[in-house]
Amino acid sequence: MQTSFISIENIRNDFPILKRMVHKNKPLVYFDNAATTQKPIQVIEAISNYYLNYNSNIHRAVHELAEEATLAYEATRDKVAKFINVKNREEIIFVRGTTEAINLVAYAWGRQNINKDDIIVTTEYEHHSNIVPWQLLAKEKGAKLEYIGVDDNGELILDHLDTYLKTGKVKIVAFSQMSNVLGTITDSEEIVKRCKAYGARVLIDGAQSVPHLKVDLQKLDCDFFAFSAHKMLGPTGVGVLWAKKELLQEMVPFNGGGDMIREVHKYETTWNDLPYKFEAGTPNIADVIGFAAALDYLNNIGMDKVREHEMELTKYALDKLSQIKGIVLYGPKDVTKRGGVISFNLGDIHPHDLATIVDEDGIAIRSGHHCAQVLMERLDVSATSRASFYIYNTKGEVDVFIRSLNRAKELFKL
Amino acid sequence: MSSADIYREIILDYYRNPRNYGKIQDPDIAQRDSNPLCGDELEMHLNIKDDKVADVKFTGKGCAISQASASMLTELILGKDFEYVKKLTKEDILDNLGLHDLGPARIKCALLSLKVLKSGLYSYLVDKLHDTASADKIKEESSGLY
Repeated sequence: MQTSFISIENIRNDFPILKRMVHKNKPLVYFDNAATTQKPIQVIEAISNYYLNYNSNIHRAVHELAEEATLAYEATRDKVAKFINVKNREEIIFVRGTTEAINLVAYAWGRQNINKDDIIVTTEYEHHSNIVPWQLLAKEKGAKLEYIGVDDNGELILDHLDTYLKTGKVKIVAFSQMSNVLGTITDSEEIVKRCKAYGARVLIDGAQSVPHLKVDLQKLDCDFFAFSAHKMLGPTGVGVLWAKKELLQEMVPFNGGGDMIREVHKYETTWNDLPYKFEAGTPNIADVIGFAAALDYLNNIGMDKVREHEMELTKYALDKLSQIKGIVLYGPKDVTKRGGVISFNLGDIHPHDLATIVDEDGIAIRSGHHCAQVLMERLDVSATSRASFYIYNTKGEVDVFIRSLNRAKELFKL
Repeated sequence: MSSADIYREIILDYYRNPRNYGKIQDPDIAQRDSNPLCGDELEMHLNIKDDKVADVKFTGKGCAISQASASMLTELILGKDFEYVKKLTKEDILDNLGLHDLGPARIKCALLSLKVLKSGLYSYLVDKLHDTASADKIKEESSGLY
């Protein structure tokens, strides 16, 4: 953010957790942002303000607290719609997270629209949350699940998609806009274009992309889009499903209960309007309100600046990392084609051992299969280490990380 | 405990040059398990003869701790009485490895081998010796491993 009016020091000051020490006296270097990001004080205060001053249930009661809570909850919906450039606010459904959003589509849309021998297409670099719901659906319906492969540069082989589309049996193509392991940014517009030509629906998992890139759903023109608040400064337990109105109207509800009904009689019920048809029960009011503060925070910085900062940091880190002898880096080399997620292996040090060693130096990274075992098989590794950045990370922190990796090499006598 | 204490020469040596690595043809005991959190995998094969461990081998992939632990466990039990193996505890394994005070995440790596061994003994006691009393005892004792 060096080019912005908002300095990185100011940003870091908004995150109380970044001031803490780990392992007694090591400043925290938080490089596990692809798993979840830290929360600025503005988000924490928005949540506590709700509980301290206007905690109440929404939509039903007529008292003042309920009115304030309903307004704040619904204001978040408007902010989300604007953030991803969606015209109709009623197309924004609040769910628990990306996983629930994808399961909702697989259940409520999939069970009505997928039949025997239909094809569901996903990719080799998906998170388990964009594989398992489709496996369940395919098994139930006798449909086929096919995968778009990943090339050696960590990019999708779109020829595979064409092969499947040409069968005329593809009903939906579900893919991640950014890989949570490789950082690869998917050519989403191209995929949507090809799917449209064959009448296949498109679901995009935006869990890794929305926090880091400007996303414009009107331009993308997909059918379903899912993402999570907690990966973009917001609280856990809040996610968004966006879908085209005509699809949401045709779909059956996912959960039955309060708030999603218009009229309930003994043996039949009519559904409430969108989006409430899909928001049964008391939602996660406090955290939805907290999410609005996260969106404000990101808007205040500007998503262009977020991307700029991360590209600069990723380039810096890739340059430094590639100088370490014995390191294997996964994913595209070109930072315009990837986000700030770097997966790697160092010599024969198992990622869990590596994560233990760098943790001792205060650095939080991820190790393991990152809920992407299909991709691990493709890369022919059992696990990788992963460092992932966000707006508050600095080049100084990358230097600390590099020193720590060199210490790991010494410990393992590499 | 610090990384320097964990990744001592001996642990790295067993990780890189595992003893008793491999499989046994038609083993009396064959047991496999994995740690779903980190993906560590381990398979152990044992032959029991005259109430002793006549042969033991393991295969697997995972971190230095899990693999060294498995290899050192095979050395510990080879040739020993079956009764001794049945009684092995968590503390015995950690003593053998020289690893104490591992954090809650990493202690699972160290104990995966014992978990696999105990599950294998359980099946052996039930299926081949029909000794459900001893099997249940092992199950009870090893329930706290994870």
